[in-house]
Amino acid sequence: MSALRMTGDHEWIRMDSADTGTVGITHYAQEQLGDVVFVELPEVGRRVAKGEDVAVIESVKAAAECKAPAAGTVTEVNRALADEPARVNRDPTGAGWFFKLKLDDPGEIEQLMDEDAYKASLTK
Amino acid sequence: MTSAEKFSGRHIGPDEAGRCAMLEALGLASLDDLVARAVPASIRSDRELNLPRALSEPDALRVLGSLASENRVLRSFIGQGYYNCHTPAVIVRNLFENPAWYTAYTPYQPEISQGRLEALLVFQTVVCDLTGMEIANASMLDEPTAAAEAMALAARVTKSRSRRFFVDAECHPQTVEVVRTRAKAAGIELVVGSHEDPVSSEIFGALLQYPGTRGELRDLREPIRKAKERGAVVTVACDLLALCLVAPPGELGADIAIGSAQRFGVPPGYGGPHAGFLATRDAHKRMMPGRLVGETLDAAGARAYRLALQTREQHIRREKATSNICTAQVLLAVIAAMYAVYHGPEGLAAIARRVHRLAVALGDGLEGSGFGLAFDAFFDTLCVRAGTRTKEILESARQRGYNLREIDAQTIGISLDETARPEDVEEIRKAFGIPGVLADIEPVAQRIPESLRRRTPYLTHPVFRRHRSETGMMRYLRALADKDLALDRAMIPLGSCTMKLNAAAGMMPVSWEGFAQIHPFAPPEQARGYARLIRELEAWLAEITGYDAVSVQPNAGSQGEFAGLLAIRAWHASRGDGGRDLCLIPHSAHGTNPASAHMAGLRVVEVQCDAEGNVDLADLEKKAAENAETLAVLMVTYPSTHGVFEARIREICEIVHRHGGQVYLDGANLNAMMGLAAPGRFGADVSQLNLHKTFAIPHGGGGPGAGPIAVRAHLAPFLPGRGKVGPVAGAQFGSAGILPISWAYIAMMGAEGLTEASKVAILNANYVAKRLAAHFPVLYTGPGGLVAHECIVDLRPLKETSGIVVDDVAKRLMDFGFHAPTMSFPVPGTLMIEPTESESKEELDRFCEAMIAIREEIRAVEEGRLPREDNPLVNAPHTAAMLLARDWTHPYSREQAAFPLPWVKERKYWPPVARVDHVYGDRHLVCRLA
Repeated sequence: MSALRMTGDHEWIRMDSADTGTVGITHYAQEQLGDVVFVELPEVGRRVAKGEDVAVIESVKAAAECKAPAAGTVTEVNRALADEPARVNRDPTGAGWFFKLKLDDPGEIEQLMDEDAYKASLTK
Repeated sequence: MTSAEKFSGRHIGPDEAGRCAMLEALGLASLDDLVARAVPASIRSDRELNLPRALSEPDALRVLGSLASENRVLRSFIGQGYYNCHTPAVIVRNLFENPAWYTAYTPYQPEISQGRLEALLVFQTVVCDLTGMEIANASMLDEPTAAAEAMALAARVTKSRSRRFFVDAECHPQTVEVVRTRAKAAGIELVVGSHEDPVSSEIFGALLQYPGTRGELRDLREPIRKAKERGAVVTVACDLLALCLVAPPGELGADIAIGSAQRFGVPPGYGGPHAGFLATRDAHKRMMPGRLVGETLDAAGARAYRLALQTREQHIRREKATSNICTAQVLLAVIAAMYAVYHGPEGLAAIARRVHRLAVALGDGLEGSGFGLAFDAFFDTLCVRAGTRTKEILESARQRGYNLREIDAQTIGISLDETARPEDVEEIRKAFGIPGVLADIEPVAQRIPESLRRRTPYLTHPVFRRHRSETGMMRYLRALADKDLALDRAMIPLGSCTMKLNAAAGMMPVSWEGFAQIHPFAPPEQARGYARLIRELEAWLAEITGYDAVSVQPNAGSQGEFAGLLAIRAWHASRGDGGRDLCLIPHSAHGTNPASAHMAGLRVVEVQCDAEGNVDLADLEKKAAENAETLAVLMVTYPSTHGVFEARIREICEIVHRHGGQVYLDGANLNAMMGLAAPGRFGADVSQLNLHKTFAIPHGGGGPGAGPIAVRAHLAPFLPGRGKVGPVAGAQFGSAGILPISWAYIAMMGAEGLTEASKVAILNANYVAKRLAAHFPVLYTGPGGLVAHECIVDLRPLKETSGIVVDDVAKRLMDFGFHAPTMSFPVPGTLMIEPTESESKEELDRFCEAMIAIREEIRAVEEGRLPREDNPLVNAPHTAAMLLARDWTHPYSREQAAFPLPWVKERKYWPPVARVDHVYGDRHLVCRLA
């Protein structure tokens, strides 16, 4: 399994193949939101620009957007979140993934932070 | 007048001794000394308010009685969205006129609001059942507003890229106008036309009405299908009583149903307040506007109710919210719900059938005498072709005591209702020149086409059978009210909500016939008492705020904000400056501000606050200068949402004006300023006035409210519904029916009383701040180290030391019999306390003692004497069931749990449910009785 890359907005992406990656929100982000009650996922096939709002995450007290970490096309979404949004809290970087993204330019993720850099950014 | 006769002495809580003791605690010599220190000199008024001499309670009631008698109460069969009805006396006495219901607040704290939450769930069930929809909200401000909100909902959920919205010409005219106002602000193109053929091009939404405003009962299946083919999300405006007999919009294919629940037991009141409703498909629930009540479980696993899906709302989503609504129409929705419970499905159907038969009998008689009816199929409304005799017939009807609707110069509309009797029909026939008595009305043929008759049952839940006797209803209302904590039990120290006394003398006129039974479209000569009352109230409000003109039309503060922003936009446009579309809003603003700005088509840019919570002037100057070409308005609250008199408010206004913008001053906190400072004189251009805060209209458990706007002279032509800007509410004078409350408040307080009220409100807040400061840090103070009329206590540090958070303190206060202060607004993790002038020193002391006792309990957790995961705070509130359980395993006593201070025992309030589980409720959404 390849390594996670993080955005400053607390999304992660993990490349599953040369051009397609899985996207979710970080452990820190789910902790800030509290118990997630709903995730609004994008339609498969949607084209997204880097930084565009792609999904909405709702807890009872807050709502946040999940942005696209890179430009690309949504190829799959995690339908299991509809019945079990708690997966986002329980396993944010695993079973709590949001969607898969086919990147226009897989090289784009090189601009994102690696896990250590992300962790360091949180303690700033 | 002797002091015993003075109403201000009854309204203002602290007596002379109490005031002296509080001033002494603050180290101040007098109230004037307090004002001199707390209110910046730069804004202080230099003269007394110019208001009539204060009236005693009996004198005010006498004058109100004469105003009511200046209104002429005719029987209005005008219809057009407003109908006479009979409010069952058991509902009038035990609900409408009962402070346990009308003095409650919006049910943000569900554990102490289970009664009205259950009643609202009944309301949602009534609306769902009758409309054939899957989910309904807990009320909208009125029917036209609900239509406008439906348009906005359609825009959110549509897949169409069109910006065109179709409105059926058979919608009520006031609905069309309010939707037009909203559409214009949102950049939506409105197309009004015949339902037969919505439009040939693509539309994102359509609004149809059923039955139509002229009464026609049309089969909308085909028009709905066609509109959907063009991409539209289809809304049907409907009538709850008609739906007892006709097929519901949900079965005709509609996506959204809206309407008014007024005729379910709420008098017309010259236009309001009434509960509008909005229902839709389950798929759209997360995009719905307004409050939504849902079921959940409490900490003990018992069923409980709560406000659901709050992330849609302005206090969380700000400009991304689904609506700007805060206050809804809870009291009126509850009345409508109980009307349905009392009558049950059979009773409602019987009422609907009687109305329909009378309408048919009248229609038959008119046709038999040569008058044509425009439509063969109808429910309660006849559209009569009276030709050249129209005027004469209308006049003749009026002579006999009836108002009918003049649809046009040739056509008369007659809407019968629950109160119509055969004698009324005979009198109306006479007005048309038809003599004789009405034959037995039973055998007349139905005018509801076979294809439109209702087949599906409704109101099948047991609650709609259980309380049909008067004894049963009286006890049901009592049982529900007993679960709730309203002002009739204890102070409700909600910051920014101003939960002051709602005097009985102000409330009584609301149910008098002379105010309650006037139709909003009755001829003006029948509403002279209202005209005078409104004229005086507008003049008094202008005097108190220093503005030049007032409109009482907006039905809530949020609607007032919308109207005020529209006035500003229209004023800019009138000067060729229509491109100004930027709204600056300080970070500390209430969520409604950005939500209203968004609704008014403005872009929102945030202005930073400094460490003291004040607007950062440098940041304001920078952002105003950067956007000098597009700056439309700054929305600022004063005193600030932090409860502070910002010393530099004049400079703030000057900066905005210098860069071409206008100043919208949110008047939610006006209670700190009556007679002391006037926003219209220190730089603001427009404010909404929350009559349900500063001017004593009760909160009704979450509405009604009233949000008049006050403006400086240059904006007066742009007040809503006066030609240049469209109406924002269905009735010209909005919630006219409750304006006598504010009139009475001002008339009985007078200039001196109002000024004293604000002074004491400031005194009370500072006293509480002073007493609590030794136990909790008080955030933000203004000049002289003083707060305005509210104070914020900071609980954030306690999380680190004890794990206790603001929710725990809020819930623990319930065990002491108190409603929590405002939680986490404007600063997360804090409580904002606003005592108002109505609370005595004794009540403030009780509250402070409770807060201090809670601090001691937190200390026990901090010091390890109580575990973090099992203590009276995290387990609060404690229900009787928890305390009576056979095994008590907690490390503190049952006594401490239930009676933490000696005086609690004397007046114990028992929370009906334990801590409500919000997460479960939002993950398992249930919003109707099943």
